[in-house]
Amino acid sequence: MHHIISIGDFDRDGIDRLLDHAGQIQKKKYDAHALDGRILAVLFFEPSTRTRLSFQSAMARLGGTSLSVGSVEACSMAKGETLADTVRVVSGYADAIVIRHPKEGAARLAAEFSTVPVINAGDGAGQHPSQTFLDLYTIRQSMPLDGLDIALIGDLRYGRTAHSLASALSLYNARLHTICPKGLELPATLAAQLAAKGTEIIEHDNLEEIIPDMDVLYVTRIQRERFPDSASYFNVASSYRITPELLAGAKKRLIVLHPLPRVDEIDPRVDALPHARYFEQSRNGVPVRMAMLMQVMQ
Amino acid sequence: MKNNEAAENEGLLVRRIKNGTVIDHIDGGEALNVVKILGITGTTQEALSIATNVPSGNMGKKDIVKLTNRELSKEEVDRIALISPRATINIIRNFKVFEKKGVEIPTLIEGLVRCPNPGCISNTHEPIRSKFRVRPEGIHCIYCDWVISRDITSHII
Repeated sequence: MHHIISIGDFDRDGIDRLLDHAGQIQKKKYDAHALDGRILAVLFFEPSTRTRLSFQSAMARLGGTSLSVGSVEACSMAKGETLADTVRVVSGYADAIVIRHPKEGAARLAAEFSTVPVINAGDGAGQHPSQTFLDLYTIRQSMPLDGLDIALIGDLRYGRTAHSLASALSLYNARLHTICPKGLELPATLAAQLAAKGTEIIEHDNLEEIIPDMDVLYVTRIQRERFPDSASYFNVASSYRITPELLAGAKKRLIVLHPLPRVDEIDPRVDALPHARYFEQSRNGVPVRMAMLMQVMQ
Repeated sequence: MKNNEAAENEGLLVRRIKNGTVIDHIDGGEALNVVKILGITGTTQEALSIATNVPSGNMGKKDIVKLTNRELSKEEVDRIALISPRATINIIRNFKVFEKKGVEIPTLIEGLVRCPNPGCISNTHEPIRSKFRVRPEGIHCIYCDWVISRDITSHII
């Protein structure tokens, strides 16, 4: 049985194959009945808009249907049921499970107890492989993945999308440039793992200075609740804000990505610039997730 | 001859046992941790002898633990390997060494170490045991990817 739990479970060939498949799907070269009669259980124990909807859209486009729990409050976890039991039960109702959970490692646990394939749609501050695939896919639409200079900006401590992307890019000899508020740096264990793989990680204080050398800006949301008061949040957040003025000296091929939702991190005026790819990135979630669903269910 | 002298000297420190286990070549200073991870407490009935910082030709200093009437399970041996990979386990029957073996660090450690990440699913009421993969840089939680690279002893359950 094939699960998709962590980008770390994939080698470079495996990632490239999935991205190639997503590319074919985007060109409409796929069987719209590939998953006819199949059911996807969408088990989300945390709020989500894009990930949940794009998985459901992906399943529908392949002819399948999806089941989902309305809210965490409405499900049996609220009665104290273990995730292991929930997964054992739900795997009897569906042909695959997509799970989002606040605890790190929840998807790995789900895979141990499930009798059907499990896809991780985000576990705590841990992994979010489907987001990583669509991030890589969006980058690859603009430039080859090899040897990129990518700036990871914002909340790098709790931002699981940045963790997964950093791990994946280590397979492509990327140089990672990190820019984040104090206390929101990449977790030390992740930084050590990346360094052990030979990935160069360069910490910076000034975003403006490094823009001319970057190929990709990967911007993540700095969460207001990480700060003691609104004033200190706005003070920090404003120093990481992407504006057209900031991008004036950028390479022509530079792209700006954001897993969304954005709050204050990207000036809406940037949306009109050719560098802005975050809405395209979000749209890419559907073909990429279609490729993932086909991989685990066929 | 030297070995006999060492044995005699050692005999002054800890008596020979009739049946049980002698854990030798424990890294100096780790004997109390070995006792801890074997779950030996003040209520344990069987005789226990501990020698710490005993001069050792190869190791400089070593610790020795002798347990009467107890042979160790594989899981217990795995635990010792984690904190003292050079330790040797001698099973004693009727005052003679019945079996002598080294310890071996397993590739997967199950249920021995608590993940220090409070956000890890293994620290909840789920029906699982912690699982760590042993890697050169340390031990790696298979659930949350946390790596413990030092002071593993303090995380042993």
